[in-house]
Amino acid sequence: MANVQLLKLAHARSGDKGSHANIGLIAKQPEFYDILKREVTAERVADHFREICDGEVSRWELPNLNSFNFLLREALDGGGTVTLRTDAQGKTYSAALLRMMIDVSDAELTLIQG
Amino acid sequence: MKTIRIGNGQAFWGDSAQAPLDQVRHGDLDYLMLDYLAEVTMSIMQKMRARDPEQGYARDFVALMENLLPEILDRGVKVVANAGGVNPVACARAVMQVADKLGLADRVKIGVVTGDDIMGNVDQILGAGEPLANMETGAPLTDVRGQLASANVYFGAFPIAEALAQGADIVITGRCTDASLAVGPMIHEFGWQRTDWDKLSAATIAGHVIECGAQVTGGNCMADWEQVDDMANIGYPIAEMSEDGSFVVTKPEVMGGRVNVASVTEQLLYEIGDPNEYKTADVICDFTTIHLEQLAPNRVRVFGIKGKPAPDSFKVSMSYAGGYKTASTLVYGWPDAVKKAQAADRIVRQRLANLGLSFDAIHSEILGVNACHGPALSGEADADIAEVQFRIGVRSQDQQSVRRFTHEIAPLVCNGPPTVTGYFGGRSRVEEVIAYWPALMDKQYAEPSVTLLGGQ
Repeated sequence: MANVQLLKLAHARSGDKGSHANIGLIAKQPEFYDILKREVTAERVADHFREICDGEVSRWELPNLNSFNFLLREALDGGGTVTLRTDAQGKTYSAALLRMMIDVSDAELTLIQG
Repeated sequence: MKTIRIGNGQAFWGDSAQAPLDQVRHGDLDYLMLDYLAEVTMSIMQKMRARDPEQGYARDFVALMENLLPEILDRGVKVVANAGGVNPVACARAVMQVADKLGLADRVKIGVVTGDDIMGNVDQILGAGEPLANMETGAPLTDVRGQLASANVYFGAFPIAEALAQGADIVITGRCTDASLAVGPMIHEFGWQRTDWDKLSAATIAGHVIECGAQVTGGNCMADWEQVDDMANIGYPIAEMSEDGSFVVTKPEVMGGRVNVASVTEQLLYEIGDPNEYKTADVICDFTTIHLEQLAPNRVRVFGIKGKPAPDSFKVSMSYAGGYKTASTLVYGWPDAVKKAQAADRIVRQRLANLGLSFDAIHSEILGVNACHGPALSGEADADIAEVQFRIGVRSQDQQSVRRFTHEIAPLVCNGPPTVTGYFGGRSRVEEVIAYWPALMDKQYAEPSVTLLGGQ
């Protein structure tokens, strides 16, 4: 077993949906999709963003695009024009998600380091 | 198989002024789509129109047409823009005046789509039993009726297609879904019907991919961003749509940037909710049916897209006055820069409490340490960091409280922690908060209307 940062396995893009934020998470290689599916659950993302996101987190799977979409409800302190935060539209939440540390098997680690 | 090339030259009001020129000159386009409207732009335009009944649209578009009109007519490029804001007819008249000045008035026909502005009918719609409840909170519109600043329906693409069928060279709309600006020309060119759900879905997804400009051609792309070619001359996107509903995303060959599966995937997922049900006025798109294939450098094929019947409702975009806000900053230097910023925060908050001012929110950040991701994710600050920017903001329904706050920052330069700078430029500006109110509304309460100017 090993602990690796999501940044090694994925890229992402985020933005605002009213007072919610969304993050598209994309596996860098198709072989990483199942690792992301197992490790980056809606519950883990909600816990990861507990300081930022006041509402529920939903996750949808898009295996056709080797990706996932996350909706973080009430994650913008009232929305892009109301909030006092520097990141008013959640544009850097993509990178914030990629800070997450996830567990992978030794075989998966070899694949990632490949 | 017939294909048409639709390029995006503007992703928002204030986007690159050069991009539409580059697209027309280097894109070999059939159509140019220009998106000027963000969610709260309409409230700014309502204020412009209240001051002058001939204003309330994106004046940048009129200036652009003054530059570009001879070229688009010579090259046969048609333009579709939501530059009309809350006054599409005045916008069209202003463009016609430009055409007249250039001696081109007899060659230009402008189609205008109206009917999206329901600001004058809101009470009637509420009275008929449509609550216009906030889609996110469920609250009824009556909660903020007194502060309402704008109300516009997101129309679909069929009115744009109709304007093109009437012979328009330029189509000017008010609020419509951003993607419609690309979907309208596709419906017109291919004769697609209102029940061609798969094709309407593909067209909408093509519009979604290109509507944010260079965000799909290598801009704001996390995947290998340092390898993106010539960002200073980044090319804007082109959707090359085929009659069967498959399309290729590309860019002008001579321009910079990069179109690959990674950049297209990032943009596909940008600002979406449930990917199984992405709703517009015309169709429900299923993003789980999208397939991508890199055909050649800077050419990505998108195919296999399915759609479902259109929803019964229009989405309505409303805005209302939500109080006042401001944020001020100071820079603290080494040593102990973070501790100094934290001390400044404590001092300002104590001063605000002493003054007895009323705020809905006070928010502090230390840029360079925790501003974007928050303290928990950002981790421990480097104790030896060279400098940090302290930023504190307040929000209140009371304008005077916000204004008084702005007087509390400069005194810290002499009264607070040492080695402080970055205070030049005076007190921070107090902004009016324009809050967003999205709602759904039965389609019976709004009807698009298409008129044609010129060409007689």
